Amino acid sequence: MTAATTTPPVRQPLIKSRALRRFLSHKLAMIGLFMVLGLTFACFVGPYLLPYDELYIDLRARFAPPGTGGHIFGTDPLGRDLAARLFHAGQISMAVGFAVMVIATTVGSVVGVVSGYYGGKISAVLMRVVDAFLSFPSVFLLLALAAFIQPGPVMIAVIISATSWMEVARIVEAEVKSLRNQDFVQAAHMLGLSGRWIMFRELLPNAIGPIIVAASLTVARAILLEAYISFLGYGIQPPLPSWGNLLNGAQQYLGSAPWLAIVPGLAITIAVTGFNFIGDGLRDAFDSRAQGQ
Amino acid sequence: MLRYILSRFGQSLLLLLIVSFIGFAVLNLAPGGPLSQFALSPGMTQEQIDKIAAQMGLDRPLIVQYFDWLRHMLVGDWGTSYRDGQPVLHVIGSHLFATLLLMGTATSISITLGSTIGIFSALRRRSVFDYAMTVASMVALSIPTFWFGLIAIYIFALNLGWLPAGNMYTVGDGSVLNYLKHLIMPACVLALVDVAVWSRYMRTSTLNVINQDFVRTARAKGLTRRRVLFKHIVGNSLVPMITLAGLQLPMVLGGALVTETVFTWPGMGRLFLDSLGYSDYPVVMGLLMASAMLVLIGNLAADIAVALIDPRIALE
Repeated sequence: MTAATTTPPVRQPLIKSRALRRFLSHKLAMIGLFMVLGLTFACFVGPYLLPYDELYIDLRARFAPPGTGGHIFGTDPLGRDLAARLFHAGQISMAVGFAVMVIATTVGSVVGVVSGYYGGKISAVLMRVVDAFLSFPSVFLLLALAAFIQPGPVMIAVIISATSWMEVARIVEAEVKSLRNQDFVQAAHMLGLSGRWIMFRELLPNAIGPIIVAASLTVARAILLEAYISFLGYGIQPPLPSWGNLLNGAQQYLGSAPWLAIVPGLAITIAVTGFNFIGDGLRDAFDSRAQGQ
Repeated sequence: MLRYILSRFGQSLLLLLIVSFIGFAVLNLAPGGPLSQFALSPGMTQEQIDKIAAQMGLDRPLIVQYFDWLRHMLVGDWGTSYRDGQPVLHVIGSHLFATLLLMGTATSISITLGSTIGIFSALRRRSVFDYAMTVASMVALSIPTFWFGLIAIYIFALNLGWLPAGNMYTVGDGSVLNYLKHLIMPACVLALVDVAVWSRYMRTSTLNVINQDFVRTARAKGLTRRRVLFKHIVGNSLVPMITLAGLQLPMVLGGALVTETVFTWPGMGRLFLDSLGYSDYPVVMGLLMASAMLVLIGNLAADIAVALIDPRIALE
């Protein structure tokens, strides 16, 4: 306490982390954050503000165009309100996206740090498995997996994770390899710390920047992949709505009710663009800090 | 050089072996497994299913089944389709051309357009054009391919009526022009994401070349800007792009799958979805392997091409 008062007064910036400040001044990232937060707000609060329930079927109001009868985005072939369905679908799609982020980032980080730390044969084997998984077009692998399992939201998140962890693993492996021979790791070795402690308490925290960047891009990728397989009929199954399966039947009504295709697709594009912008901002934020040091 | 090519070839073979094992394990360990279609038919008892499993050798340990399957794969016996009894290799072969035509056209579009955008972005770095293209490419990467396809159909087929909404050709009209008309929309849709990726990498690659000494020397000895651009910059910045073309293959192939579905294009992607719908397990497995093989061959070809253009790489 007393030591703090004797040091010369330095004007502290409002936000201490330089990376965070860089991120907050990144225009695209802020637009992305705004898009994602806006969409999240709409999906979780929106349903309470709408006059219609997402399950309410009104056969007299089938194919109502957007803006008529209180349906801001129109209605579907059963007369259900598209806006209400879209927001509920958003809750599912975004939940899947975040679940994949957590699972894929965790698996990828563990594989990456083990491979990078031990090197040698362990690394060779693990990285060949990573390469092998990257050789499959992920949509093919995903569909093959999805067709043979019970497609609930949890399982969908698990199988999307199974095709999304490799990039994180590669990034973490490269990062850990470059950190492995630095002094603080040598010091930890000399202190007799266990391999597990060094990997998860020393190496992984130092690779956190690239991991956060990869995580934000993984959300974007997961939302996109969920949309792909649900659109093709193998993802989230109706009556549970998701952005992908809202588009599933849209093609046959393209001529008569184009809003059924346009609206959910726009929602997906906005969400994915938002997360990609955020990822771009995070990359710049962490990169610049590294250059400044 | 020969040693490099052989070692890369060996690595690809090893990778293919791991790929085959993962693919095999994924489909066999999944609940239901290859015989799930029989369990669905009414009047089928568990005994009968077990009998079929024994007949097909599916009751043996997985690892025995794997090596048995691998041996058959190696001699070109990829099994027969559950749907029509045709050999799997033949079924895949008859859908290969359509997919390769679509992918080839899309890749040509993305290389031409993407490289051009990338070079101009690099030459006019931090200009309005550069920023606009950065944002545009990130948005393009975020658009679901199938949705972009739907919107394209809505505009160009349903509203303007310029192009057909699907299929590869009109029945009874085999002219090249007819094929082209059907090809242009799906190819452009498939190319969109790739154009974005390509332009980003080309921009970085060009920026790396622009700052090299030989470019300054070329300018210093009095060559015109145009000559330096076309003779020294473009060629050199395209070399790393060959590797990228290989690495992009899985994404293009995956994109082709959904594009083919939207445009009812008779390629491997459509075949894959149809086979999934019929639980046509041997064809699904064959397509999974064929797509991975296509990716590995593409990457191998790209690596060899780069090494032939720039022999320093083979020495490392």
